[in-house]
Amino acid sequence: MMGTVQERQVFVSQKQIMLGNAAIARGAYEAGVKVSAAYPGTPSTEISENIVKYPEIYAEWSPNEKVAMEVAIGASISGVRALASMKLVGVNVAADPLFTIAYSGVNGGLVLVAADDPGIYSSQNEQDSRMVARAGMIPVMEPSDSEEARVFTKLAFEYSEKYDTPVMLRTTTRLSHSQGIVNLEEREEIPDKPYERNVQKNVMMPANAIKRHVVVEQRMKQMAEDASSMAINRVEYRDTSIGFITSGIPYQYVREAFPDASVLKLGLVHPLPRKLIEEFASKVDKLYVIEELEPVIEEQVKSWGISAVGKELLTIQGEYSTNMLRKAIGGEELNLTAPAQVPARPPILCPGCPHRSVYSVLKKLKLHAAGDIGCYTLGAVAPLNVVDTTVCMGASISTLHGMEKAKGRDYIKDWVAVIGDSTFLHTGVNSLMNMVYNKATGTVIILDNSTTGMTGHQDHAATGKTLQGEPTYAIDIYNLCKAMGIEHVYEIDAFEIEELAQLIKREVAREAVSVIITKSPCALLKEFKPKGKCYVEADKCKKCGMCMVSGCPAMTKTQEGIVKIDATMCNGCGLCMKNCKFGAIGFTPNGGAK
Amino acid sequence: MAVTNIMIVGVGGQGTLLTSRILGGLALDAGYDVKLSEVHGMAQRGGSVVTFVRYGEEVTEPIVEEGCADVIIAFERLEALRYVHFLKKDGVLIVNDQRIDPMTVVTGQAEYPEGIIETLSTQYKVIAVDSMAEALKLGNSRVFNTIILGVAARHMAYTKDQWETVIRNTVPPKTVDVNLKAFEVGYQLAEE
Repeated sequence: MMGTVQERQVFVSQKQIMLGNAAIARGAYEAGVKVSAAYPGTPSTEISENIVKYPEIYAEWSPNEKVAMEVAIGASISGVRALASMKLVGVNVAADPLFTIAYSGVNGGLVLVAADDPGIYSSQNEQDSRMVARAGMIPVMEPSDSEEARVFTKLAFEYSEKYDTPVMLRTTTRLSHSQGIVNLEEREEIPDKPYERNVQKNVMMPANAIKRHVVVEQRMKQMAEDASSMAINRVEYRDTSIGFITSGIPYQYVREAFPDASVLKLGLVHPLPRKLIEEFASKVDKLYVIEELEPVIEEQVKSWGISAVGKELLTIQGEYSTNMLRKAIGGEELNLTAPAQVPARPPILCPGCPHRSVYSVLKKLKLHAAGDIGCYTLGAVAPLNVVDTTVCMGASISTLHGMEKAKGRDYIKDWVAVIGDSTFLHTGVNSLMNMVYNKATGTVIILDNSTTGMTGHQDHAATGKTLQGEPTYAIDIYNLCKAMGIEHVYEIDAFEIEELAQLIKREVAREAVSVIITKSPCALLKEFKPKGKCYVEADKCKKCGMCMVSGCPAMTKTQEGIVKIDATMCNGCGLCMKNCKFGAIGFTPNGGAK
Repeated sequence: MAVTNIMIVGVGGQGTLLTSRILGGLALDAGYDVKLSEVHGMAQRGGSVVTFVRYGEEVTEPIVEEGCADVIIAFERLEALRYVHFLKKDGVLIVNDQRIDPMTVVTGQAEYPEGIIETLSTQYKVIAVDSMAEALKLGNSRVFNTIILGVAARHMAYTKDQWETVIRNTVPPKTVDVNLKAFEVGYQLAEE
């Protein structure tokens, strides 16, 4: 009996159910990685949040993806295995060092995890990182479940060192945020590679880069040749009347929809194993290429004169599914029940969110906001309708500046830029520098909620805590702005709406750059404790709806039109109370009587 | 065994992620292959969220296809209606009988449909419970989802012991007792 119990414990401890991102972290741990750097971004965030559980790895939140990439590059040059992880658009930010380190190559293994977002669950576009990797001549591996995420991460480090190249491990939201069973292995302690000064390889000035470009091409050719015999490019011959070339999560849909078909499953999606593909194509009667987003594999396969079908039948937008393949390729009539026509439920700012308070003031003042990336992007939709533009991290400040330079100072007198604290430190700070340097007069509001909110509350350079939660020096945003020479910098509580309105009015009119830092913690932070709950005194309610203008989800109207506050949802911010002219909203402090 | 398909649908922030961890743990402990697919990021801010859980001998894709769900656990009425077309004809829909107005309803752009449970009951096997009211009786509104799991347990092939073990191992240590109580409430409700 005892033996059985013990065996079971061993069995359970080696087999765990893990998020794709947790499995990537595990793979990095097992691969002997010593340094990990990242900036949070859905769907990549949980990689770092899991890596931090392994004390053998130094892990950090860097202020942006470019810095993270460069930290990993430095670690690699020094001779250890290093990982950088980021979301699709983060790869753009990191593209500058990435494209050049592809020329230099590595010392210790260097892997970049690029997390794409087909279906745009939480991003500003739907770009395909494989295209970026092709442009940069960087090998790409693509796992199709959690176990492969772990195994491929380890393999990526081996390839990186073998071929002297950074390797991109490409994941998608569906893989990163799906859980599956993984088989844990021990960490392998990799001895540090010795560092040797090598200017031809590590200093990319023209004379050296010209030579390295040749090396890079040679390396990709070699890898493409080797790819046909790599075990991660796997042929599964079944019925050969139909064959699929696929990789990543779409492999699962292919297997589910066509369990009897032959499949060439690619683990390395760049460079492609031409010989293997030609051989597979010659053995199947009808060939399909199934990949989400861009036809990266398909176009190359067709360019070799191989007849195949792909995007003729399937979209380049969004995610695929088994049903989609059954219909588009199998021609099946699926007889599905149509979805009910129901009101949409888009994401919203939470009850007690300080962004709502600031936006309610901007709305009252009839100001336009050049927006940025974060929860506060939601200020673009009803009922707030305050945010007019959102492009990318940090763009709020620079786009406002561009408007002013295009149309003159008066044009932006009913505009402000809004940006979160984490986003400001990411790239907003450069844009603000530009405003000062180029004599702008715009007003920037930094929505400081003491965290990186939308990605699930990660610390950053101004929170005073590291990724490990250890205390550290907190960059003071106020003094940072002051140090740039901005005379008019203010800190104000986000919920002091009267004072805030006066301040914004005054600063927008000012012929100089102003920064207003609105401070109040995110209501979802663990440390946040509501001061109490708001409630409606029904007899005083005039049904005017002014309290609901800011769109608090804890508030609804009864059939009689009287406002009702859901006590389980209310976070007691009191914004509705301040917006009620009739004193119909009361406040119960925590522990106090009504 | 054939793959069992479960869906948990609700409003971001209602605790769908914890619930899916419990369902995943159950399948793993029982020795099944299992995959789960979740929604993180922006939709977690009050948007419509869905979690897929699939377990059995061998699981390929991590999502449940339309028309294939054996059980749908809905934390809110409108979300039950939004995803009911994923349910098999003979599947079970378990609904927390609660209304949370989406912003489109609050701002008057759309109307919250009336009689959702009544309508769905004519086409599907629907079990509706006012889980929030039961949770408030226990003095903790946040355990409403564990109560729903207690109800769902009656429609899934795990023993009560298996459920209780995995709840004990999954929820934050301080909340083990109240969660076990909540599970029991749901388990008993389902019998009535």
